Amino acid sequence: MSDSTRSFPSAGSVGRFVPRSYFGVTFALLFLLTLGGSLRVAQVDPRLLFERESLANLARFVGGMFPPELSWSFLSLMARPVLETIQISVTGTLVAVLIGLPLGLLATGSLTWSGILHEQRPAAGRWLLGFVPYALARALLSVFRSIPEFVWAFMFVRAVGLGPFPGVLAIGVAYGGMLGKVYSEILEGVNSQPLEALHASGAGKLGIALYGLLPQALPNVISYTLYRWECAIRASAILGFVGAGGLGQQVELSMRMFQFNEVVTILGLLFLLVAGVDFVSGRIRARVVR
Amino acid sequence: MFELENIRKVFGDGTVAVEGISLAIGRGEHVAFIGPSGAGKTTLFRLLNLTLRPTSGIIRLDGLDVTSLSDAQLRDARRRIGTIYQQHNLVGRLRVVHNVLAGNLGRWSTMTAVASLVSPRDVEGAQRVLTQVGIPEKLYARTDGLSGGQQQRVAIARVLVQDPDIILADEPVSSVDPSLAASIVALLRDLSAESRKTLVMNLHSVDLALAHFPRIVGIQEGRVLFDLAPDKVGAELLSTLYAGHGKEEIQRERFDEILPVSGVCRPLRP
Amino acid sequence: MKTEVKRAMWPWVASAGFALLIVWSYQGTQVDLAGLLGGEGRRQIATYVAKLFPPDLSAKTLRDAALGAVETFAISFVGSVLAVVIALPLAVLTTRSLLYRGILYEGRRLGPVSKGSRIGVYVIAKAVLNVLRTIPEIVWALIFVLLVGLGPFPGVLALGFHTGGVLGKLFGEVLDDVNPRPIETLHSAGAGRLAILFYGILPQAAPQCLSYALYRWEVNIRAAAVMGFVGAGGLGQRIYIAISLFLDNQLLTLILAIYVMVTVVDVLSAYLRRRFL
Repeated sequence: MSDSTRSFPSAGSVGRFVPRSYFGVTFALLFLLTLGGSLRVAQVDPRLLFERESLANLARFVGGMFPPELSWSFLSLMARPVLETIQISVTGTLVAVLIGLPLGLLATGSLTWSGILHEQRPAAGRWLLGFVPYALARALLSVFRSIPEFVWAFMFVRAVGLGPFPGVLAIGVAYGGMLGKVYSEILEGVNSQPLEALHASGAGKLGIALYGLLPQALPNVISYTLYRWECAIRASAILGFVGAGGLGQQVELSMRMFQFNEVVTILGLLFLLVAGVDFVSGRIRARVVR
Repeated sequence: MFELENIRKVFGDGTVAVEGISLAIGRGEHVAFIGPSGAGKTTLFRLLNLTLRPTSGIIRLDGLDVTSLSDAQLRDARRRIGTIYQQHNLVGRLRVVHNVLAGNLGRWSTMTAVASLVSPRDVEGAQRVLTQVGIPEKLYARTDGLSGGQQQRVAIARVLVQDPDIILADEPVSSVDPSLAASIVALLRDLSAESRKTLVMNLHSVDLALAHFPRIVGIQEGRVLFDLAPDKVGAELLSTLYAGHGKEEIQRERFDEILPVSGVCRPLRP
Repeated sequence: MKTEVKRAMWPWVASAGFALLIVWSYQGTQVDLAGLLGGEGRRQIATYVAKLFPPDLSAKTLRDAALGAVETFAISFVGSVLAVVIALPLAVLTTRSLLYRGILYEGRRLGPVSKGSRIGVYVIAKAVLNVLRTIPEIVWALIFVLLVGLGPFPGVLALGFHTGGVLGKLFGEVLDDVNPRPIETLHSAGAGRLAILFYGILPQAAPQCLSYALYRWEVNIRAAAVMGFVGAGGLGQRIYIAISLFLDNQLLTLILAIYVMVTVVDVLSAYLRRRFL
């Protein structure tokens, strides 16, 4: 409310200088330095795009795309990979939940070691049986989600052979890490009073999780899991590049054989697939969270 | 300056907001519009500042029919009309200086406008108008850090930068507290008188309108109920203006309950 | 009454649908979770994990991993910046409140040709964004390797194009959704559309857009780590070699490098988001 109580400098003394925060200038400098360095390291050279050879390749590529391969024999050949892509995404998300849910529960501080439920516990038990599993679960989740699903897929191809199985495991592990982290965040944010009441009535950890935590967190948990399924369909479509089944394998094959008209068709199928899953999942999410 | 001839505005959903208004406002005149909320005052203002297009009727600006103007001409015409809004409509994340200099956007080329965001042009001008409205020390403050009254002053400063021939103020003081309201209305009146600008204001507070304006227009259900000097606007006329709006609404919203106090009516709820 | 029954039924219908989908998928993918967790499978996994240890910490491998990590970071960074550069103009072209509807167009009537061409601009920009977004990064990478040859540059282009499509869609939603009041004010002061964009829309949209861009950077650092699988530089190339040649100890070092890089970017992005928003 001090509209004009403060003394102010005269117009002349303000000049043209715009005061900016120290942080702003530092940030701008660091940004430019990082960008400059990265441009060098990444060997960015836009001229490459306009060299005769590149343009010739581009012409060959674009020319090869038309007309898209729409013959019945090719489309029926694609039916199986399309279905396989859906199956990998569903089973992968299932495995991700199986990994993410227990680890997510362990990684929930309010459930394992901190807060009202643990006030009465002896310190040794609280640290050894509470904090240590909590920290381990967090570390494991962090490793699972930091390594890209592509790398997981390639390693699982080595471990269990080609086919959809390594794709399922890759999505399961990588997305399990992401689900576990988000689950624990959702659970931490849950209203703690019902938990306290259950605790006071003598319920155990699992009982508290089942009767107090999960029911409150369920809408968000389901919604986020469905969102991850949307992401999984995209992932399962490309994991085939390293031999983990699905549409990706077909894209890679057609690319390697320069059959760009087939690539266009497969990408079109992928678009329909992703749009379909987004639609179904979006509808359900809207109803669950309501 | 402004001539309205039988203006009618019907919205897409069939609501008739303005019905057959004819008015003339001369150069340098100060006019206050009063009336219950929902009477169509805001719609009338958006017609006057050329944001809306009337469904029928003619609006003339200096004798020119504005419905016949081209896009570029419309832009020029808008530049000559400065509007101050109820919610002051500033961009909170910009510094005050940019919000004030935005008054120049009708004149500036796009290049100049963008360049000014990086290094402000005409800082002296911005500083001058901020001094005029009493908050020169806020030049480089973030706008969303200001109080409601200060933000309204920034909005006035922007209109001063725009330097229009006509200032339209749509309920400029309804979101600031009453003690500041009178000073802001007086500020606008004095600033417009100084530079001989036409000032047209929507006011919720009948007191302020009667105290500061030589011409009062009462609007009711999209029509002009009266158009008189303040000393001719009696308590009776005011009760007709507000009470005629319908008893149910007064009960339902506890709105516009009229208290005749010394011949002046005052709506209870701001 | 009928709709109420419907409403009460839908969770069961949806659950049953999902149960069927899961059973069908489980069988279709020939997943053998029991076998994996049984004695044989567990021993195989244990053996594989044991073979990874200890990580190869020889100077040569470490230098290689560090170089790859820096290259991966550079790809993700430039790729994300390129994505924003691609996304912004396209997003502006999909901002309908600037093109043909909303407060700016209440005071004037667009002719059929003018309105048609504006809707055309909108539709084309949307379509371009859809194409950019639908093609996965790895496919873009293959395409650009074909066009400009091996190295990190095609990786940058791949991330820029795919993420440009994703961000363009998100930015467009933000730009179309800003508070229209300041726009009305600027418009009534005679400002042109570009001036309105810079003074009324972008300042309001900036924090949300920045947040989206940072989020995509976190996604991109992971994607940049695998671009090398198709020859587009970074750690991926070295990982591909390590896995193919069974250089298990080197593989662990490289994976650790990915882990460090991803964590660094996650922390940086979280810090910047806190700082700016």
